[in-house]
Amino acid sequence: MALELDTIPALSAAVVSERLGARLGGRVAFSSAPRERDVTARLERADDLLEAVRELSGGLGMGLATVVATDERREREGDFKVRYVFEPARPTGEPLADLFVSVVVSAAATRPEVPSLTPLLPEADWHEREMRDLFGIEPIGHPDPRTLVLHDGWPAGLYPLRKDFDARMQPERLPAPEFPHVVVEGEGVFEIPVGPIHAGIIEPGHFRFSSVGETVLHLDARLFFTHRGLEKRVEGLTPRDAFFIAERLCGACSVSHALAFAEAVEQIAGVTAPPRARFLRVVALELERLYNHVGDIGNICAGASYHAGTSAGMRLKETLQRENEQLTGNRFLRGFVVPGGVYHDGAARAAAIDRVARETGDRLTELMLALERNPSVVDRLDDTGILTPEEARDLGVTGVAARASGIDRDARRDHPHAAFGGPGAVVPRVSTDAAGDVHARVTVRAAEAAESVRLLRQLVASLPPGPLCAPLPDVLPAWRTGVAVVESPRGASIHWLRTDGAGRVDRYHVRSASYANWPAVPVAALRAIVPDFPLVNKSFELCYACTDR
Amino acid sequence: MLRTLIQSLRDGVVTTRYPDAPAEVPERFRGAPEPEVGRPFGALPTASVCPTGAITAGEGAAYTIDLGRCIFCGRCADEPSDGAIRIGREFELSARRREDLLVRIGRDADGRVTELAPEPADTAALGERVAERIHRTLGRSLHLRHLDAGSCNACDWELVALLAPHYDVRRLGIDFVASPRHADGVIVTGSVTRNLEPAVRRTFEAVPEPRVVIAVGACGCSGGIAPASYASAGGVDQILPVDVYVPGCPPRPEAILFGILLAVGRIEAKRRPAPAR
Ligand code: SF4
Repeated sequence: MALELDTIPALSAAVVSERLGARLGGRVAFSSAPRERDVTARLERADDLLEAVRELSGGLGMGLATVVATDERREREGDFKVRYVFEPARPTGEPLADLFVSVVVSAAATRPEVPSLTPLLPEADWHEREMRDLFGIEPIGHPDPRTLVLHDGWPAGLYPLRKDFDARMQPERLPAPEFPHVVVEGEGVFEIPVGPIHAGIIEPGHFRFSSVGETVLHLDARLFFTHRGLEKRVEGLTPRDAFFIAERLCGACSVSHALAFAEAVEQIAGVTAPPRARFLRVVALELERLYNHVGDIGNICAGASYHAGTSAGMRLKETLQRENEQLTGNRFLRGFVVPGGVYHDGAARAAAIDRVARETGDRLTELMLALERNPSVVDRLDDTGILTPEEARDLGVTGVAARASGIDRDARRDHPHAAFGGPGAVVPRVSTDAAGDVHARVTVRAAEAAESVRLLRQLVASLPPGPLCAPLPDVLPAWRTGVAVVESPRGASIHWLRTDGAGRVDRYHVRSASYANWPAVPVAALRAIVPDFPLVNKSFELCYACTDR
Repeated sequence: MLRTLIQSLRDGVVTTRYPDAPAEVPERFRGAPEPEVGRPFGALPTASVCPTGAITAGEGAAYTIDLGRCIFCGRCADEPSDGAIRIGREFELSARRREDLLVRIGRDADGRVTELAPEPADTAALGERVAERIHRTLGRSLHLRHLDAGSCNACDWELVALLAPHYDVRRLGIDFVASPRHADGVIVTGSVTRNLEPAVRRTFEAVPEPRVVIAVGACGCSGGIAPASYASAGGVDQILPVDVYVPGCPPRPEAILFGILLAVGRIEAKRRPAPAR
């Protein structure tokens, strides 16, 4: 393995095709899709999947970005398809190649099965369980037989994302045994159930702790309580209508999701947003990052019982959300990014944004100083909820959570979107910390917030001239796929969109940053005591809405 | 400690005076879509422009915009419609009855847009009676248990904002409590997902009577972006008896506060039935 590590070639489509082709003895067909620069590798035999993945994840150092299943039983090949999308994942300190490698396998229309990747790649776990629940595609060899998305009482043999399932159907809730939580048994071991309804104003999820005294032995997290069926909901809609739903996958990351969807649509249409729009999109994106980060730092203070910090964080966040509303008409910046460009100009708000960014930066510096000077706070943050770099890598963690465990990745640099690529590209400084504890996640968040302040001030002072929006065709091209990644406040969110024969949405799949990061929370919780769990949880600050969809 | 104190003194009081003083909304704020009276009726946009199906254009003179379904995207006013619809600035939209959220647009003899009065009340709305009982039992204070029944979290964050220094709803005797057993009612965000329905019912049942139910946001009012489906009940009133509906996507904090004050009978709805004849 060490030898392979040292000999990773610079990744490109050509290198990947050559290595994969050689490894699979030619039983693979390549095409340049979804984007011209990408690779789609169609395997002749699903049995070759593990071999292909060993090459990608081992030899080539790539990580699993997302898994997209489609029901193509009514199409030419009459089967199900599963696409395993990989991306460069081994940090080099340099920008990583902006490349997606999709390995495509076919699963039979009757009794669809594919080999499970989870024993090899832990990050595949949820993707495969989700595919089993929603499509009835069985990942053979998956270690966990439990359902993920569909909860108790869902009738067996009904798969909502299959094309012949009517979305309006509301199947009767069947009597069901209690969900088999994974718990530790033994003398003195307690089980602590928490949720799905929590004590505060937070989203719903169920946590089952097994503990001895205050020590956490195991944490089983059950999510998908807020599964709204949104991927099914948009099927058959025009991308223009579907956009409003994409923008509402998650409140706190509205811009990120709107932008990722818009870029996927633009890719399909072959349209590029004008320069001014691309820069204004970054303004919105950094405002979103900033208001989230300052609010999150405040909430971590709440977890550490430092109330002056909580209140300061809330105040800063509110000030920013008021500016959001001035700029876009909505406190969550909704209605600003639109497919093709942006809706409003930013010139009239440039001075105000500059001022609010500067003040936020100053206040945040004060807050961080006060926090670092307060030993009772620092003591709570240090060494609490450690996620090691190896764990972060194996679980495919993204965003602040990854960077605070020493993983130097940021989609703004590695998959440049909006004005992070192209002429006059905006270059963000990426901050990392190797400690992997709550303290590291706070520090990285604060550094990123400061960087957002710098970027915002630079951006509003140098917006390029020109139109705000490029025209999109009324009907999008048929049977095209777009894939877009945006670095949201919580990390990389990946949107995969395919049009049908009428240019409407055939399949839309979102792997949000929170989806990638949730499996890390129970791991980090093992390095904390039960009363510190809220603190650990807040240091990751994950959403449920965009995870559950 | 001293430093913290000095900083607080420097910041001064940031709390709004709403509802005693009106809230100011920014120029670009998107409130309720409104008909422009006097414009040609035929210029109204077709129902299909609305991404959530909030617009119904029936036969002849019936044209309604359902504020309970509206996600305030502004698209109906953007379509070429000869200015027949504009995006207004009104955000105090909470109502006791679902039908009070319908903007009813009519057509006069000259084929021009008119705004019709809301549906008249049949009987005294149940919500009002509950509000009266709550008012009698609890005085002016209201403690609510929040229930996220499958929101996108935007409405939830606005509830959190109500506790922040800028709004500080506790100054008005309103608070969000940890246990339903300590609550006078529930404030529900989201369309009620299939996976949350049992928890939603059980939480509600744990609230002692009399109890109010406030549905917040487009999803809470009508299902919003998640209408009835395999995964969603399509709105809080499909599961619980709703006393007050708070439209918005999300409603801004003052809009939610308006709805809460309405639920406890401390304020009158702007959207309410015409008196029964
Ligand atoms: S503003 Fe409301 S009514 Fe108008 S199109 Fe948007 S959601 Fe529909």
